[in-house]
Amino acid sequence: MAGHVENVDSATAWGGGRSPFNVTYGKMMMWFFLVSDALTFGGFLVALGFAKASAESWPLAEDVFFHFPLTHANWPLIYVALMTFILIVSSVTMVLAVEAGHRMDQKGVQKWLGWTVVGGLVFLGSQAWEWATFIAGNENGMATLLNNPYNVMNPDDVRYTNFFFFVTGFHGFHVFTGVVINFLVFLKVKKGVYQARGHYEMVEKVGLYWHFVDLVWVFVFTFFYLV
Amino acid sequence: MENRDDLLVNDSYAPMVNHSEEEGKAIRKKIWKVTALLSILTTLEIIMGIYLSSRSSDLWVVVKWSFIIMTLVKAFYIVMEFMHLGHENKSLRRYIIIPYLIFIAYMIYLIVMEGFKVGNGYS
Repeated sequence: MAGHVENVDSATAWGGGRSPFNVTYGKMMMWFFLVSDALTFGGFLVALGFAKASAESWPLAEDVFFHFPLTHANWPLIYVALMTFILIVSSVTMVLAVEAGHRMDQKGVQKWLGWTVVGGLVFLGSQAWEWATFIAGNENGMATLLNNPYNVMNPDDVRYTNFFFFVTGFHGFHVFTGVVINFLVFLKVKKGVYQARGHYEMVEKVGLYWHFVDLVWVFVFTFFYLV
Repeated sequence: MENRDDLLVNDSYAPMVNHSEEEGKAIRKKIWKVTALLSILTTLEIIMGIYLSSRSSDLWVVVKWSFIIMTLVKAFYIVMEFMHLGHENKSLRRYIIIPYLIFIAYMIYLIVMEGFKVGNGYS
């Protein structure tokens, strides 16, 4: 997190024996992976844009996502907003874990990484409820890959339900793998592996992945629920 | 010997990234500032999403573009501060961001334009 970028002339930087980008192999590969994954998600969201631009009608989010657990209230978007906040907060606890790692504060890393795992699990639970509610549908039937009860004008166009399952499902799977990886790193932090190594770069690397998951959700939230 | 992926200079890790207690304080302050910004933007998006839907608002184009701009601002802060790219080596930063933006901007232009065309042509 600190801003110590060592300044070296380009002959030294590119002369071999060191990383010209001043970054370790592991972190560089994580960035490569994230760029390719971002292109995948970009492809999905652009395809969603194509579907919306070419569709005759498209359901409004406030007509679909207005349920809230344990109530019968009509609260459009409030539950999705809650999910968004949970993911942003877990991203913040992750940065705090990385920051604690830079101070070699094992207890701090453990605490913040633990909260990050909890945040991820709460998000996954919320998404399970969201999916169940979405699939339950309305008076026009259940929402499946072959049935779209939300588009009253054009019920044969099932692209709305297809994109919902595909985009939020693919993102949810990323959240799931992120939680698993965060938990494994949490166990290693607890064992003191990184304390012995002298730095917590592994926390930074899984942190990059976790922030990426949050970044994707920011776009999914805008393009699926708002625009 | 353990297989390591954290080597930086001549097969040794330079732990330049570690920082002191005081630096940590300044960084945490920055983190809370970014958190506040992200929360404010998200709250604003939700309020606008609830009260200014495409059905009720005459200014839907403005609302839609302000959603997109707010999203891009949020993405900028997540990538630059939370993912720390803003504090990495300049060449690394450029070579991650610029190719991605070129590809994605071109793809959005091509495919969304095609979407409007298909919709107008066949529906």
